Amino acid sequence: MQAKIATTNESRLHALLLKLTGSNQRLSDLLFQVITGLFVLVTLAIVLGVAWVLVSYSIPTMEKFGFSFLTNQDFDPVHNIYGVAPAIFGTLVTSFFAIIFAVPIGLGASIFIVEFCPRSLRPTLSFIMDMLAAVPSVVYGLWGFLVMAPWLINVGEPWLNKYLGFIPLFQGQPHGLGLLAAGMILVVMILPLIISVSREVMLTVPRTQREALLALGATRWEVIRHVVLPGASVGIIGGVILALGRALGETMAVTMVIGNQATAPSWSLFNTGYTLSSVIANQFGEAAPGLFLSAVIEAGLLVFIITLITNVLARLLVSRVGRGRIGGLAA
Amino acid sequence: MSSTNAPVNPFQMPRTTHHIRRQVSNALCIGFAILTAAFSILVLFYLVIYIIKQGLPYLNLGFFTQLPASFGSSGGGMGEAIQGTLVLVGLASVVGIPLGLFMAIYLSEYGKGRFSEFARFMVDVLNGVPTIIFGLFAWVLIVIPAHGFSALSGGLALGIIMIPIVARTAEDVLRLVPKELREASLALGATKARTILQVIVPAASSGIVTGIVLAMARVAGETAPLLMTAFGSTFWGTDVTQPIDALPLRIFVFTTSPYQIQINQAYAGSIVLVALILITSFAVRWATGGFKRRF
Repeated sequence: MQAKIATTNESRLHALLLKLTGSNQRLSDLLFQVITGLFVLVTLAIVLGVAWVLVSYSIPTMEKFGFSFLTNQDFDPVHNIYGVAPAIFGTLVTSFFAIIFAVPIGLGASIFIVEFCPRSLRPTLSFIMDMLAAVPSVVYGLWGFLVMAPWLINVGEPWLNKYLGFIPLFQGQPHGLGLLAAGMILVVMILPLIISVSREVMLTVPRTQREALLALGATRWEVIRHVVLPGASVGIIGGVILALGRALGETMAVTMVIGNQATAPSWSLFNTGYTLSSVIANQFGEAAPGLFLSAVIEAGLLVFIITLITNVLARLLVSRVGRGRIGGLAA
Repeated sequence: MSSTNAPVNPFQMPRTTHHIRRQVSNALCIGFAILTAAFSILVLFYLVIYIIKQGLPYLNLGFFTQLPASFGSSGGGMGEAIQGTLVLVGLASVVGIPLGLFMAIYLSEYGKGRFSEFARFMVDVLNGVPTIIFGLFAWVLIVIPAHGFSALSGGLALGIIMIPIVARTAEDVLRLVPKELREASLALGATKARTILQVIVPAASSGIVTGIVLAMARVAGETAPLLMTAFGSTFWGTDVTQPIDALPLRIFVFTTSPYQIQINQAYAGSIVLVALILITSFAVRWATGGFKRRF
């Protein structure tokens, strides 16, 4: 009798599962598929959970400040006024600084790997460059804080001021820690990502096209300029956007070298500043429930939205090249 | 220029300014490529050598077995931080490995429809989200309701970071398992579930382990999400409901310390962290190289 009930329950479950999944497998296989599918759903639920937590905890500041949260200069727990304009400014300035320098360096390095370096050296060199991405961000921060910032305040920034001081970017008092230091650290940190993505997409450009142009008498540079770069451009742009997302969200190294003091907005890169992520890292400790907590989490929401957009955009662009998965260790 | 009496080589291009300009731009391009490649490689070597030079004298047995010395005094180590990192990575594995692995099995075995495409896309997106966001998530979810920082919340944050790394590498190696193995197992009458669990997963096991090790090494170096979850401490402890120290956290605190002795310890800690990550990456590369050759 017991066994009989068990069988009917089993077949009911089986029938239900068959109906739900619309397949005709045996029960054990179906259960296995459903269980592994549940793990996928849990992961998706985590992503949604993260978004939900960020949005629901940001509602108090959203209601209180609306869009002025983005334009307000003060992040002031004492008077309970919150705004992240300096942080947005710092995030954008450091990230674009990093992109401006990392893109040419990264492109040059990947051109070397794909076009000029001996084939036998290619995996080793690629591996070493990927290793740059494996160095933990706190180690970059340590180096930036203890070595680069003292160098900048004593040598680098006075030199820039002396010879390039006519550009507003290099005017003002040297601080060492500041936007310039953060930007320079970010250059090194996003470099491996740009290299690995552009390397992968350049390798997908057909060899025959290169050979055709070489046979017509083109130099290597002309081949790169007229065949390799145009062929890989969409993927490279995707990689750059991916790297931009990485720079916009990088927390630890930037927090350690950016100075974490808001200064009046000016053109000088020597100024100390904030980024959205460093606001979170610095402020969560004191954040009392209420508007303060909500403001910190809304800063997190902004970082989340920005990196979500850059990532979706970058993945769409890179997958158009034909290889959805990119970047190996670095990505 | 070319109107001389010497025999003209028909394959030799005339040396016009146009020709020279092309050659110069070509040389400039090659030079630029070499310079930038050298820069990328030298940065890594410089960083590693500099940290070793600064920290090696302070990397002794005491570093691994002692607690941090009180401010200003000499000696001391990061024993509790290393212990804490092990505990945190263990907790993270409990979250990250099953979720990542079963997700990879689903995506590689059943992953054809639109749902799977979406899931795969979300894994990639998850990989790009800054890790401090998962720290905030664990903070709101565990730390705020429990009124205290805990190893558990840190483990959750790190575990979520592990999921996409494990899922991606595992899915890639599961797809590399040859069709013949699968067909042989099915032909012998094994069910699909049994084929996956007893044939396909074991065949891909070395690659899967690789992905897991890579993910563990990656989260062992994470600092930002631990600031607001594990928080750090200066005592031994394995109680997961209490704040716990971690190597990167300790490095962060000591780097910004005014005392030279603590800065030296931060360098020594960085050696341990960088060595851990570089060695696992080398091992992984060696192992995956072997894996891909086998099939």
